Amino acid sequence: MAYALQQIINGVTLGMIYGLIAVGYTMVYGIIGMINFAHGDIFMIGAFLSLMGLTVLSALGITSVPLALAITLILACGIAALYGWTVERIAYRPLRGSFRLAPLISAIGMSIVLQNFVQVSQGARDLNLMPLIPGGFKVMEQDGFVVQLSWMQVMISVTTLVMLAIFTWLVTKTSLGRSMRACEQDIKMATLLGIDTDRTISLTFVIGAALATVAGMMFLLYYGSINFYIGFSAGVKAFTAAVLGGIGSLPGAVLGGLAIGLIESLWSGYASVPYKDVAAFSVLAIVLIFMPSGLLGRADIEKV
Amino acid sequence: MTALLKLTGVTAYYGAIQALKGVDLEVNKGEIVTLIGSNGAGKSTLMMTICGNPRARDGHIHYDSQEITRLPTFEIMRRGLAQSPEGRRIFPRMTVHENLLMGAFGRPPHEAVQTMEQVFTLFPRLKERMAQRGGTLSGGEQQMLAIGRALMSRPRLLLLDEPSLGLAPLVVKLIFGAIRELNRTTGLTVLLVEQNAFQALRLAHRGYVLVNGAITMAGPGAELLARPEIRAAYLEGAH
Repeated sequence: MAYALQQIINGVTLGMIYGLIAVGYTMVYGIIGMINFAHGDIFMIGAFLSLMGLTVLSALGITSVPLALAITLILACGIAALYGWTVERIAYRPLRGSFRLAPLISAIGMSIVLQNFVQVSQGARDLNLMPLIPGGFKVMEQDGFVVQLSWMQVMISVTTLVMLAIFTWLVTKTSLGRSMRACEQDIKMATLLGIDTDRTISLTFVIGAALATVAGMMFLLYYGSINFYIGFSAGVKAFTAAVLGGIGSLPGAVLGGLAIGLIESLWSGYASVPYKDVAAFSVLAIVLIFMPSGLLGRADIEKV
Repeated sequence: MTALLKLTGVTAYYGAIQALKGVDLEVNKGEIVTLIGSNGAGKSTLMMTICGNPRARDGHIHYDSQEITRLPTFEIMRRGLAQSPEGRRIFPRMTVHENLLMGAFGRPPHEAVQTMEQVFTLFPRLKERMAQRGGTLSGGEQQMLAIGRALMSRPRLLLLDEPSLGLAPLVVKLIFGAIRELNRTTGLTVLLVEQNAFQALRLAHRGYVLVNGAITMAGPGAELLARPEIRAAYLEGAH
């Protein structure tokens, strides 16, 4: 019982991280209808930028953890946003209007470029960070087994839910969100209404990159160890989460993330660790057989 | 009278195919002008070329005495033109309300609320359907929505591309009535593209006939209606 609860807590945390990354995948998909495979790598760059920021700030003698985190987050988001903007500008915009697979392939290319860039410039070894947010509280104790919930885990879940709320509001309620959706549904009509679609799409990638950075920072703080490859490994899982939850649906992304996270941690806890990915992807396959548009995906019913 | 929109020698191409072959056309302030022609004559191309998509290759397009020929589409549209395009192009996964708000893009929210009330007065049906997704509306309702959305920017020039296409006669009558009403009460200038020549010429002050990408005839609506060649080409069998 206690063991199960601990696995669930860990699974939820993992799922929230996946969900946070998945929101970025699903948002870009919902707006321009393409899978931005470089999103995972922007997440990885966000983690590296956070590590650099925190290291530099501590060298400068800033000891207040919340202050250091806030400054780092702002700087890292800004720089990662520049990466996001650049990726869209050089790899996706020239391909707009060409066949659907072209930007997808270009995105995979961009993902490899970013990965190699970080591998070459930062080295292939793991980089570590001291735990900055230690502690937590005891949820329960049974037969000497203590169920722990750390502050870091609480923070991750809260961050994901807050981000989900902000992005849902942004996409559904604001003028910017409406123009973003208009770009996805009929880009030609959007320009006929006076929308600068290039700018809108650039903004989408800038915002997506900032979101990926938040996720990268959470990952860094939680695991304390990063390398150039985390963008791929976590990115694939997050992408799976987005598809499982129904790509294009923001709550679906978090729900899908939670499902994958829980499956992984419960499978690791009760069956076998090496097969946790098999379990996660099997569930994806089974869900997609019965619900092809994912858990919360929309079924398109349209009159033309 | 001053021309609100003036095209001189405008050509446009789709790849190697020339769709417009030197079109001269004027729309004066407060006028309803119609452009009639058969399928494939280049009517919709002309409407889109005014909006810069496709861009005119030769010639000049002036709006409100300023050249807009080389401007990007979104900048042209911010100058007070609005188009209800061919095929209506409703955003299918947005509600009627959101579709209308899209039309008011870049305008202050309180103005949008006001204009929306006026659109609802014109098309009460849209108010009933406010929370429904655009893609689930009937053809006539979508057409009303497309026109309503175009009106949301409070345009000075409204470009209407085949508002009667595929609609029941009663709905056509309602929509044409709304256009006449808008023109009369607010002085809205309208350029109307139609295959339904009879209705269009009766509504319009002036008309142009487009054949194979070139203007072949122009004149007051009633005068064009009376011409035997127009009757033979566009009105035979209809009405």
